[in-house]
Amino acid sequence: MTASDGAMLDELLPGRPGDAALSNQLLSTTSRPLTRGWKLAFAICGALTLLLFAMVALTVLRGIGMWGNNIPVAWGFGIINFVWWIGIGHAGTFISAILLLLEQHWRTSINRFTEGMTLFAVIQAGLFPLLHLGRPWFAYWLFPYPSAMDTWPQVRSALPWDAAAVSTYFTVSVMFWYLGLVPDLAALRDRAPTRGRRIAYGILALGWRGSVQQWRHHKVAYYLLAGLATPLVLSVHSVVSLDFAITGLAGWHSTLFPPFFVAGAILSGFAMVLVLILPARRVFGLHNAITPRHLDAMAKLVLITSWIVLYSYVTEIFVGWYSGDRYEMYQHLVNRPSGWYAWSFWLMLSCNCLATQLFWSRRMRRSPTVLFAVALLVNLGMWLERFEIVVVSLSRDFLPSAWHFFKPTWVDLGILTGTLGFFGLLFLGFLRLVPFVPVAELKQMRTELAHEPAEARP
Amino acid sequence: MTRDARRDRGREPSGDRPAVMAEFASGPALLAGIRALRDAGVSRFDAFTPYEVAGLQALLGVRRSRLTWIALVAGLVFGGGAYLLQWWINVVDYPLNIGGRPFHSAPAFIPIAFEMTVLFAAAAALVSAIALGGLPRLWHPVFEVDGFERASIDRFWLAVGAGDAALDRARDTAALVAAGALRVEWLGAPPDRAGGPP
Repeated sequence: MTASDGAMLDELLPGRPGDAALSNQLLSTTSRPLTRGWKLAFAICGALTLLLFAMVALTVLRGIGMWGNNIPVAWGFGIINFVWWIGIGHAGTFISAILLLLEQHWRTSINRFTEGMTLFAVIQAGLFPLLHLGRPWFAYWLFPYPSAMDTWPQVRSALPWDAAAVSTYFTVSVMFWYLGLVPDLAALRDRAPTRGRRIAYGILALGWRGSVQQWRHHKVAYYLLAGLATPLVLSVHSVVSLDFAITGLAGWHSTLFPPFFVAGAILSGFAMVLVLILPARRVFGLHNAITPRHLDAMAKLVLITSWIVLYSYVTEIFVGWYSGDRYEMYQHLVNRPSGWYAWSFWLMLSCNCLATQLFWSRRMRRSPTVLFAVALLVNLGMWLERFEIVVVSLSRDFLPSAWHFFKPTWVDLGILTGTLGFFGLLFLGFLRLVPFVPVAELKQMRTELAHEPAEARP
Repeated sequence: MTRDARRDRGREPSGDRPAVMAEFASGPALLAGIRALRDAGVSRFDAFTPYEVAGLQALLGVRRSRLTWIALVAGLVFGGGAYLLQWWINVVDYPLNIGGRPFHSAPAFIPIAFEMTVLFAAAAALVSAIALGGLPRLWHPVFEVDGFERASIDRFWLAVGAGDAALDRARDTAALVAAGALRVEWLGAPPDRAGGPP
């Protein structure tokens, strides 16, 4: 045990830096001078965020007629982007909660980073159903409150489920993230260079002293939140998938949808983690905290989930054929592989299932360039999967006379691009304002794996 | 009894208003310090560490947090409440006939009931972790000790509550230094059995 733990530690934290060195390095990401790359990225993301706000304002002022939605494709980009963004969030919770419970030590360095990704992705996701309502100022009608109209929400519909699942997911993610952050905020309170920052971090740290009682409750609450987040993360995308599955549309009406959506969500989320962590690691010089061992583990998870997703695709097609239903058969055997949008089907398969096969090779799993490229492709592929489900299924539903081609408008594209920028903006701010590698947890992992003697006296 | 002492009494009996604090360079050294004083009869320990030290809670006889029970109750109450609320609004107060399906559709009420269980159990866990740890409390006497700012970075501090009658300034300073303390700070008026402060 000791030898293998030591070897794992050398892979996860090469050089085994001491408490002070590790704290200085990881806390300094909040105060070291801004690099030109960071400023440039921040400016671009800020501009795209302004674009997003302009497009949202336009949508609210003029209505969703500004989007490409039509009948039968009533669910265009709004729902694609919603499902895509919320799926991306899932890997964050998977890493921070499920891998914590499974005692995967490699998660420690990256869990806060991925939780941040979750929060900001869910914020983007939340925008879309809100706007898609058409009259977003009535969104509160989804919540049960004693209204003067004497009406209540219809809770047998998937829409209130969605509202409950997404808002719970966001809230619990924030709480889990904050609880893990408190000891590091206290460290920043004690280490930040200016008085203003010390006061700000001091207030956020709530006066944390690391006393025996505080650690005692903190640890139990942290594991408890991980335990609660685990079924939660599985439930969120399942509920999202029910928006589709409880309808009668060919290509949607399937019991496969909940696990299929969860697997796809985790695949896209891991890809997004890689897209974000590779540049951040380089910009902030954290090669000792985020090592090839971490990249290797994430690449393996991408490979595994990509096979689960492929299995789901195959099952979906098989069940479509086996059902004997002419609409199902048409949808899976004709419309998707050879219809108007056949290119998206084949591109999706290439991105999600073919490109990831590179990760059978250990050398590819540890090459940042390959990882980054494949991760981008998977993100594209997962977006196309949602395009496939939403647009391709709807555009040719039952009666050929009702079919309608869907084409996004510039407002659709502007909003999608804008959310990418807004996500980036929030993420860059997060990288700057809090230590994005959990310092206290990493120090503790080092003592545990190094088996530094707990018993100093016989 | 001063007003301060009265106000602070009963908050965190061990460690609030410490009589003595000692700084150690590592977790094991901290444990050695605690053992050294415990052998001399001292009992009101607290410790401030940058991360959890293995064996510390066992050494101080800290029992498992009861926070899980609070979270369980909150989850069950609010989860059950969410189910009841759905039943009441869709069956009693505002029944809507949707395609002839039953008003009380148990499977359709599960997702929201589940989400509310998780939401309120998690909120209860977070609030309890903060409140049971005596937070938020932005100022605490230990923050006044020189060098305590490293307790969140790389130093491990031992504190003994002011009410501990077994403390003995000369003896305990020597014992702490022998156990590896880098610095020993006596705060306020020390209960020195050898006869008043030197």
